[in-house]
Amino acid sequence: MANKERKMLLQGNEACALGALDAGCRFFAGYPITPSTEIAEKLSEELPKVGGRFIQMEDELGSICACIGASAMGRKSLTSTSGPGFSLMQEGIGYACCTEMPVVIVNVMRGGPSTGLPTAPAQGDVQQARYGSHGDHEIIVLSASTVAECYHQTVRAFNLAEKYRTPVIMLIDEVVAHMRQNVVLPDAKDLEIIDRKHPQVHPDWYHPYDNENQVPVLADFGEGYRYHVTGLIHDENGYPTTVTEEVTAFIMRINRKISENVDDICRIEYLGSARPDVLVVAYGSVMLTAQEAILKVKEKHKLNVGLVRIDTLWPFPDQLLDKLIDKVKKTCKKIVIAEMNFGQVYREIERINRGRLPLDAYFQVNGELIQPDAIYKKITGVKK
Amino acid sequence: MNSNRRYEIRLSGSGGQGLIMAGIILAEASSLYGGYNAIQSQSYGPEARGGASKAEVIISPDEIFFPKAQKLDLLLSLSQDACDKYYHDLKGDGILVVDTTYVKAVPHHERVYAHPFTRIAIEKMGKAIVTNILCLGALAGIVKYVKLEHLKKTLKDRLPEHLLELNLKALDEGHGLIG
Repeated sequence: MANKERKMLLQGNEACALGALDAGCRFFAGYPITPSTEIAEKLSEELPKVGGRFIQMEDELGSICACIGASAMGRKSLTSTSGPGFSLMQEGIGYACCTEMPVVIVNVMRGGPSTGLPTAPAQGDVQQARYGSHGDHEIIVLSASTVAECYHQTVRAFNLAEKYRTPVIMLIDEVVAHMRQNVVLPDAKDLEIIDRKHPQVHPDWYHPYDNENQVPVLADFGEGYRYHVTGLIHDENGYPTTVTEEVTAFIMRINRKISENVDDICRIEYLGSARPDVLVVAYGSVMLTAQEAILKVKEKHKLNVGLVRIDTLWPFPDQLLDKLIDKVKKTCKKIVIAEMNFGQVYREIERINRGRLPLDAYFQVNGELIQPDAIYKKITGVKK
Repeated sequence: MNSNRRYEIRLSGSGGQGLIMAGIILAEASSLYGGYNAIQSQSYGPEARGGASKAEVIISPDEIFFPKAQKLDLLLSLSQDACDKYYHDLKGDGILVVDTTYVKAVPHHERVYAHPFTRIAIEKMGKAIVTNILCLGALAGIVKYVKLEHLKKTLKDRLPEHLLELNLKALDEGHGLIG
């Protein structure tokens, strides 16, 4: 690996692949699909060089399950896909939640539903990423709006997956995945890397799903600890249970290990005026549109604009946005939410806003990245 | 639409003319060696084979946000189809560069560079495949953010020894076309 900063021209997909490698990913199983294929392509070249394994699977069900299996063996694992494959992976994602196996899934969103628009961007999988798998579970979902963010967010995805023993989804879109941008990647040695903990007790005393720990210490298979893994609700030894107390303890723990750590997991980035007349909310490639639109607003108008980039889509950053709305509500006339779907984040903002500020939206679902003029018009439609 | 210093280039023609590779080399040269920011993107899908295909490069000394071209500062067209399809995206004072090997009906435009790039590649280099590189040499004489030496360094990074000489010659040949 490189031992200094790396100046490169990279695609978002390639940056995801490099971020995964630098985070310690040593296993990839996937079924190539546009617009995510370059992630698999890059890792098929790079993983063997660092002693990792690359498998092209028969489909996406096999892909996610192979990753869960590799994770149980102690390998940091990645799969990448797009909408149609992401739908197929939902069962496996639920299984990873229930068995608490860390795994990272990059879903490069393309136009849907069904096979939809293979080469065109969309953001229609935001709610599917949260609720696509059945049953009450929490899930961590990160976004990225630039090539550099693809790299750093993938590193973060692995860290969060290891720390909370849970699947983490990187939700990016075709524009960010395919565009090439010049970036400076850090020396991999300078990254903060989190690895899962290993049991220290004698195997006879080992309780894999001990509810005393918010995040259980799971042994790697082959490490000398015998335990049972199942998608059925299980007791602290991993065996199926329907005992109400045990079910409650388990369900509460796997949800709380995420919901009680939102301060650590949730991130937003606020750019622009501290006293905005208008607040814009965006994520993914629409963030780039919003920034371009705001440049034009600054040239021609005296409006102050604030811009929020949502870096953690799930758990939705309720507290951070709640505080932000309180902070800006004196000057702010409205919040503009722009996304390439029919309001999947809009509804979350509406819930958090609780009527404090008027909401305005620009939704576009036509296979094209939203143009700056569309957001420009929304912003400048405000009377100061 | 912007008074910022972004410079929008679209390389257009037919699938197989090496336009995406040319776009990547252009973006690498101007960013990794030129010190500017660059974003490169392309059209995917069925239209990438035959028909009009395109690669876009946006270069700027400033941070680049919107990654797609809006009003072109420069349009390179290696086919009549592409020229017809994309000419209307060119700014009034933008630069049109056409390969007259294929573009016979050149739009009436103030700033035009018209050369038979493919024919020159075949006649002088013996290979049509270096047409894309030859065009990049020409762009280095036209676009202030693109320098010939930076393109040469990029080719040296990317190409194996046995292909390098031919491609460097193609760059010089293209550059020589622009007075």
